[in-house]
Amino acid sequence: MEAKVRVARYDPDGNRDHHFDEYTVQLAENAMVLDALIDIRENVDETLSVRCSCRSAICGSCAMRVNGKATLVCNTPMSRVAPNGEQITVEPMGNMPVLKDLVVDLEVFWNKVKAITPWIQPEGPKPEREYIVADEHMQNLINTVQCILCGACVSDCTVLEVDPSFMGPAALAKAYRFAADPRDGHKQERLELYSQASGMWDCTHCFQCVEVCPKGVAPMDWILELRREAEAAGLKDHNGVRHSESLAHSVKESGWLDEAKLAMDSYGKFSDKLKLVPVGVRTILKGKMPKTGPFHHKRPGAEHVTRIFEELEGKHS
Amino acid sequence: MKYAFYPGCVAKGGAPELYDSTLAVAAAIGLELVELTGAACTGAGVLSERNPELADTLNARTLAMAEKEGLPLMNICSTCHGVFSQANARLKKDPEYRARVNQHLAPEGLQYSGTTEVKHMLWVLMEDVGPEKLKSLVTNPLGDLKAAPFYGCYIVRPSWVLGYDIKPERKHYLEDLIAILGAEPVEYQGATKCCGFPILTMNRTNSLTMTGTHVSEATEKGADCMVTPCPLCHLNLDGGQVEAAGVVKKHLALPVLHLPQMVGLALGIPRDKLGLRKNLVDTGPVLEKVLGVNR
Repeated sequence: MEAKVRVARYDPDGNRDHHFDEYTVQLAENAMVLDALIDIRENVDETLSVRCSCRSAICGSCAMRVNGKATLVCNTPMSRVAPNGEQITVEPMGNMPVLKDLVVDLEVFWNKVKAITPWIQPEGPKPEREYIVADEHMQNLINTVQCILCGACVSDCTVLEVDPSFMGPAALAKAYRFAADPRDGHKQERLELYSQASGMWDCTHCFQCVEVCPKGVAPMDWILELRREAEAAGLKDHNGVRHSESLAHSVKESGWLDEAKLAMDSYGKFSDKLKLVPVGVRTILKGKMPKTGPFHHKRPGAEHVTRIFEELEGKHS
Repeated sequence: MKYAFYPGCVAKGGAPELYDSTLAVAAAIGLELVELTGAACTGAGVLSERNPELADTLNARTLAMAEKEGLPLMNICSTCHGVFSQANARLKKDPEYRARVNQHLAPEGLQYSGTTEVKHMLWVLMEDVGPEKLKSLVTNPLGDLKAAPFYGCYIVRPSWVLGYDIKPERKHYLEDLIAILGAEPVEYQGATKCCGFPILTMNRTNSLTMTGTHVSEATEKGADCMVTPCPLCHLNLDGGQVEAAGVVKKHLALPVLHLPQMVGLALGIPRDKLGLRKNLVDTGPVLEKVLGVNR
């Protein structure tokens, strides 16, 4: 097949700024995007820098963006991203500085992982042999253990785009893996650490990390699990917890959201509640009035919603 | 075309203009809507975060109400759409789980057997009404209006839950619709990113930076307005635009239309029925460009 590839180029020692070069190469029908890049480097332009190793989606070296979406290029078939022979665009991962062409500096990524204390810290007397844990206590860790630390989720994280201090999806998924490990003796301290600013409560639920993870880790799911663990551990003095509790209370009592109350309840500090005043005034001046009138009321059948809450609250599958 | 209609909380609360414009557009196109007045909030992803089975049960209840009517479920919120789609996928896939959930619906005489099709109004317009009929209904082409699409996360990700693998064209429905209505879609990076609304109370600066970045990028690319199928995104993009401008330190004044407001303009629906005066950022410039009048 003929593969048309537009490649982001950058050489810190060169004369040109960031730019794109276009290549056309002939490949086997079942070729991966990495095959195209290696063919370009070996046969067309030896100055192209590409990082790769295992070519089997195990080592995590070759994450980069194809048509704007982070992926492992070694298991991304050309036929999937260019089914009709279209030109594809390959760029380095986002949210990390580019060293050269498609190679990024992963130091930022590793520093985030290191910051969550990514090793088990047991407490109490050491067993004579290995630590034994029941199979069911490890089942919920399987996904996070499958992370190959490729950085794809960090590349496309929408929070990191605006706030480089965010712990990020890879580190927070790893954080869950250790906080939930029955062999670890520091769960409470871990949850306190991960609840701090730039931690679990800064995730937006945007699903980017779920979408791009090449190993099905779904980091966002584990960030949300961390939130449940934090709340269960009594770490409730956070706007995220207040928001979640207020929303649940509103739906339980009336069947639907009391938006104004939710906004007020979510802020813990009075000074923060005052930040709602300008938008509240603008809303009133524009004549926005809920379709149901100024006061929140119960929806028809709300008693069944309340009953379902009572039957299932506290139950977590 | 008849649908069980799920308006969601915001269209009945903080964004009444979305509810009004939806009904006006539905009437103009001939969509018959049976509103599920007793349906609960989807939980907007927050309830799923607290208690997945509880959220799925409440959403199964709504899916069962639509099933009882024998109708597909039409919603008008990207977030509600995503939450319903995810719950529906889990309930359809696992009969044992569905049976467990159904135990909680039985006292109300409801049962969900997994047949309800969930469709956002955007999908209804593009798949059920179809581009040809829509084109034929456009009496007031939007001329040289440049509109920046803003999808909302839950209607684009996870793509496999939303059927993008089967219908890849869903990736560009909003751009396609903008073109059908006679306007020009603006290409910019923010279209499928997060508006920031979910963390507005958790990290206001990050939230408003996201909003400010997308609005300013769309403005720099020449957009006259944004259009979104998500009222939660609208709360930040429109409602929070003044504050976002302060955070990103830029002048921002980009009107943000709800999806049916833009469709309604092209269909020649009187602007008062579309609630365009209720958007917090002045929609006057859009009206001036489309209709040649400000108010």
